[in-house]
Amino acid sequence: MADTSNAAAAAAAQKGTPIVFESVTKAYGDTTVLHGIDLSIAPGEFVALLGPSGCGKTTMLRCLAGLEQPTSGRILVGGEDVSPVPVNKRDMSVVFQAYSLFPHMTVAQNVGFGLEMRKVGKAERATRVAEALELVGLGHTADRYAHQLSGGQQQRVALARALVTKPRALLLDEPLSALDAKVRVRLRDEIKAIQVELGITTIFVTHDQEEALAVADRVAVMREGVIEQLGAPEDLYRRPETPFVASFIGESNKLAGVLTGGRVRVPGAVLPVLPAAISALDEGGSAAGTTEVTAFVRPEQLRLEALSGAEGTEQDGLVATVVSSGFFGAHRRTVVRADSGETITVQHSTGEQFAAEQQVVLRYSGEAVAVEAR
Amino acid sequence: MSGTSRPKAPAATVSGQPPAWLRRTILIVICGLFLVPLLAMFEFTLRQQGGGYGIEHWAALVDPENSRMYRNLVKGIGNSLLLAVITIAIVWVLFLPTIVLVHLQFPRLARAFELLTVLPIAIPAIVLVVGLAPLYRIIVQVLGGHIWTLALAYGILVLPFAYRAIVSELEGMGAKTLVEAARSLGASWFTVLWRVIVPGVRRGLTSATLITAAVVLGEFTVSSLLNRVTMQVALVEVSKSDPYAAVITSLLSLVIVFALLFIFASIRPRGQRKQRGGAAQAPTATAAIATSEIQPVTATQKEVGANG
Repeated sequence: MADTSNAAAAAAAQKGTPIVFESVTKAYGDTTVLHGIDLSIAPGEFVALLGPSGCGKTTMLRCLAGLEQPTSGRILVGGEDVSPVPVNKRDMSVVFQAYSLFPHMTVAQNVGFGLEMRKVGKAERATRVAEALELVGLGHTADRYAHQLSGGQQQRVALARALVTKPRALLLDEPLSALDAKVRVRLRDEIKAIQVELGITTIFVTHDQEEALAVADRVAVMREGVIEQLGAPEDLYRRPETPFVASFIGESNKLAGVLTGGRVRVPGAVLPVLPAAISALDEGGSAAGTTEVTAFVRPEQLRLEALSGAEGTEQDGLVATVVSSGFFGAHRRTVVRADSGETITVQHSTGEQFAAEQQVVLRYSGEAVAVEAR
Repeated sequence: MSGTSRPKAPAATVSGQPPAWLRRTILIVICGLFLVPLLAMFEFTLRQQGGGYGIEHWAALVDPENSRMYRNLVKGIGNSLLLAVITIAIVWVLFLPTIVLVHLQFPRLARAFELLTVLPIAIPAIVLVVGLAPLYRIIVQVLGGHIWTLALAYGILVLPFAYRAIVSELEGMGAKTLVEAARSLGASWFTVLWRVIVPGVRRGLTSATLITAAVVLGEFTVSSLLNRVTMQVALVEVSKSDPYAAVITSLLSLVIVFALLFIFASIRPRGQRKQRGGAAQAPTATAAIATSEIQPVTATQKEVGANG
């Protein structure tokens, strides 16, 4: 027993630390911001907490870091309940949204701060600081002060400062939100590369779905203090389990439909429905009665064809009029208006082009879609 | 404010800044207003008994023969310096951690705390003494009648100024995030205070210290009514018999305080202040630092003036 746990600990030290949230609840007075969160994070895993502002994602991270105390529930880090452990003993580094470099210290002093707190000798400190700065590509800035760096550089230094202590977990609290779009994407990819290289358990809080989907192994979509769905980015996109996830992740056309026998009839087609959506409706208790639904159809699940002369012979298509068409580099997006008045966005290749006012036929790819009671 | 780029050319009234000559004139007028009384005092101390000017009164002050006469004055100066040191210690050891704690850990208390800190200004000193007198009867019984106990009352008197000076810096430095970053990197509360907060609020702490010294050295009402011998009390006493000695001492204390003020105000921190938004252009950044540096001192000076 002791041997196996030691071996496990050794493996964990090398490959990151597991983190478990056990029905963690957090309330401020009467407002509950976390409703019994359960989440299990594997050693070395990169998990993103994604949701709109006020969904509790940052609170969850702060509870893990020890900056907030959960009202109830436990958080296990490497199998140990960290509730009684104060922030400065948790050995988890945080990179904040706001620039958080100590303004009166040089970059090197900033990065070395955590090592100093751990009483690491001067010589070793210097080596490790240099390594960490190299890792984020800022070796040349060691003697500068925060105000001499750009926002992106400051966040890189903050990242180096967080990583240099080899913490049990890296906690990122919207670290890219204050940066320009280009810097944001570059730093995002670098964070991912560094995380893969170091194999450190990482939790990344963001409200930007693209960011979350791009870097995380798994994404927890949160709303109003609960995790709506936890899964790989592709699962969230292709198989959303709740209407919220369906509409929050990616873009969808919301079409009025009628549910019949596990399929949904939308204008111009009858489409299969995701099993999760059916069971969600069942749980709602109104499944028997509810046949009026909203179907979430992705723009890439649709295609357009120029209307041929033989009208009225279309089997599964909807006649519509092109409103506008836009070029997005890799693809084109065309907005059409159905006769019923609904506007629908379609994504298609740049090879196809449609002019405004052109009559087209809208066809569905036939993939399963999410639905929500109307 | 730091973001707007100012043209280097003078007379840029459009940007809201007065032209250089006007600024200089204002500065000279204000300096003159400060200097005239000082020069008048100096002139007064040089007046000889039999007419004409000389250093007779300055010499008399250091003449060992007169040491008995000035004994109380020397004692008063000593007491005031001691009280200044103790009150400054109270500001550092008690007020600073309390302000940081309220600001960061119990922000809900901040409102009430702020109101509390205004009270010593709102309540006239004489009313304060009426309340303090019975308290001091107990304090004397418990702690003895030594002069240092007066520092407890002085702590209350300087609270408004110390609070303002420290809080404005604390808010400006984005203390919350810095403290959380330091904590998560493994720093204890004491380390956070010493390594992160104190360097961050250095300028505020400096002005708080300075104002504390100025208030304590200039305080008369409370010490007089509580029958303690401080510099001001002794000065009033001496001035009755020897106005020259009183004016010389006042002049010296004023000059010393002004000198301290200029020395502290001209110290620049090594790392300077963080510019929000990252890469600010160096010239504008330093300009912003220079202007923001002057503000706290002048603002607090005004407050001292209003109080005295």
